[in-house]
Amino acid sequence: MSAAPVTELDLAELGFGRGAHLLVQRALAGLPPGGRLAVSGRDPALRVHLPAWCRARGHRVEAPEPGDRTGVVAVVVRGTADDDRWFGAERAGPALPTALSSRPPARWGLGARGALLEAGGPEARFDLDDRDLVWADVAPHLYAQAAARQWDPQTAVPWDDPFALPSDVEAAVVQVMTYLVENEQAALVVPARFVGRIHPHFREVVQLLAVQMADEARHMEVFSRRALLRGAELGTSSAGGRQSLFTLVAESDFALASFLLSVLGEGSFVDLLSFLHQNAPDPVTRRICWLAMQDERRHVVFGMAHLEHQARLDPLLRDRLRAAIHRRHDALVDTAGLNADVFDALVVLAAGGWHPDDVSAGFDRVQALQHAMDQGRQRRLVRLGFRPDEAAALSALHTRNFM
Amino acid sequence: MPTPSVLMGAVAYDPKVVTIWEGFRAWLRGRGLDFDFVLYSHYERQVEDLVAGRIDAAWNSPLAWLRAQRLALANGTTVRALTMRDTDQDLTSVVVVRADSPVRQLTDLAGKLVAVGAVDSPQATLIPLGHLAVCGVEVDVRRFDVGVGLHGDHIGGERDAARALMAGEVDAACMIDANHLAFVQEGTLTPDGTRIVAQTAPYDHCNMTVREPESAGVQLFGTLLLGMSYADAQVRPLLDLEGLRAWKDGRTTGYDALAGAVDATGFYSPDGRVTATDYRP
Repeated sequence: MSAAPVTELDLAELGFGRGAHLLVQRALAGLPPGGRLAVSGRDPALRVHLPAWCRARGHRVEAPEPGDRTGVVAVVVRGTADDDRWFGAERAGPALPTALSSRPPARWGLGARGALLEAGGPEARFDLDDRDLVWADVAPHLYAQAAARQWDPQTAVPWDDPFALPSDVEAAVVQVMTYLVENEQAALVVPARFVGRIHPHFREVVQLLAVQMADEARHMEVFSRRALLRGAELGTSSAGGRQSLFTLVAESDFALASFLLSVLGEGSFVDLLSFLHQNAPDPVTRRICWLAMQDERRHVVFGMAHLEHQARLDPLLRDRLRAAIHRRHDALVDTAGLNADVFDALVVLAAGGWHPDDVSAGFDRVQALQHAMDQGRQRRLVRLGFRPDEAAALSALHTRNFM
Repeated sequence: MPTPSVLMGAVAYDPKVVTIWEGFRAWLRGRGLDFDFVLYSHYERQVEDLVAGRIDAAWNSPLAWLRAQRLALANGTTVRALTMRDTDQDLTSVVVVRADSPVRQLTDLAGKLVAVGAVDSPQATLIPLGHLAVCGVEVDVRRFDVGVGLHGDHIGGERDAARALMAGEVDAACMIDANHLAFVQEGTLTPDGTRIVAQTAPYDHCNMTVREPESAGVQLFGTLLLGMSYADAQVRPLLDLEGLRAWKDGRTTGYDALAGAVDATGFYSPDGRVTATDYRP
């Protein structure tokens, strides 16, 4: 006879076919290894199932005391397997994004941040695992904001508002929309190439980039829908424009890619969308440019935030950013840059008429847009620590394709 | 001194066997044992190779253990159960009827049709039929020969027997206790759909069979197996796959019921020849 006190559990009618193991497990959890649990119950299969279940989980089973009249089916002696399983377990960092690990280990892998991880399992290689490289404290806030401001392309845009444009103005809109679609396409692909490489420990960054991709997906949808709203064909796509976008997609360094895309490209794009919002000849174009502009601003904020953080810690970052601009400029120096059809279409939209004075005014407005883009790029470069004169020189090297 | 070595045989009843023994192989080699394994498609050749000295150890079914013992005895040698899983000890088999069956007790099964597993399944055929025979209950048998030669390691025969019971094709079905629970939990049997009318006495299942006297490699093998801990993250997934929490010292006290059934049915001769007429592994 054992001296250890026995805890009792009455399963009543409940059998192992209907979840009796939950009650047994719960009762055993309160006992130390070697602790004894007297189980009684009236399910006819209990005498077979209880020992079979215990055997598979490393618990020992003893027959009830001879002469036992309490209806005890068996006494379960708690084994050590449940504790052994959690030997060497560790928390995958903090649950909340405060005090994040500066370099989370590969073994945390896809474990939820803050979860208790059983030892073992795969070493998942997420090569973007340096907090200073990917993180920005504003990421959780930006993600929440981005998630709250998702809009439905079907209902957020007045697709059915009546309007009629002269055919050459409509053609200019279609040309600009065509250009926007291919730029948004690149803006979706660039973060997509990094999302799977970022350690899930920095999950708010992953979430933010995922929403950013969803933003770009909607932009592609609304710009193509506007292009085809009155006709059946898109405009032209220049080889130089595609070359410019391809250099963005080809950048495999996360910091450099977000610098080129978000800080320089999308930054300039915000100015372009603002220009289109002001000069749009119809309510649909006006609305979709405004919606896209709100999203793009958020993308720029995140790109700036994590690069500013990184630039503070790594004085050599600016050298790499500078080199990236030069490299991209060199790669594009022999290309035409902005599609001439796009430039002309912007002038047409800004002109609003075909009188020479209108065209001249439109031309001035597009030049003012380019100046504003340049000024914006310089401001952001200065915020990243470049001297104003160098910021001006670097901004001038930015692709003529805007993005 | 050369590194102690062991060549072990295992039966490939499931692809996971490769994962398990590849994993154990790496773990054992990391601890000074030059361990390797060969896979067999059935137990009979594995046992013959063990007794002939072509392998050092055989991860044996209970039926294979009995045959190894008989073959060894016939050639004047002995084998021994080095280790076994904690889950190999004190198993039972049950005979199950549908809940609405008029069968209330074992003797009511006389003349009824009883579904069993494969011809060579200790737990779903030989032991429960032996139990019925010992109790003097004569029944008609419908066998579900899935994975013949695997000595019941393949669950298919037992599951088909359970399905036949639920479909009303047979009056009763035989299975190991843990599979009755598993079939209820997976939905092959409904929770209140069956009634257990008989349970065998406890018996033991697999063991790691080795020849005596043991080589230094086999001795080290036993020591290392017994030292495997469920707290070790490297072997825990392998122990989970192999269905144990800990290796135990081998014991041979739990094979009497099976030995009785083997003799009664003439499955093997006393000198270890395969004498079952309709058994072709």
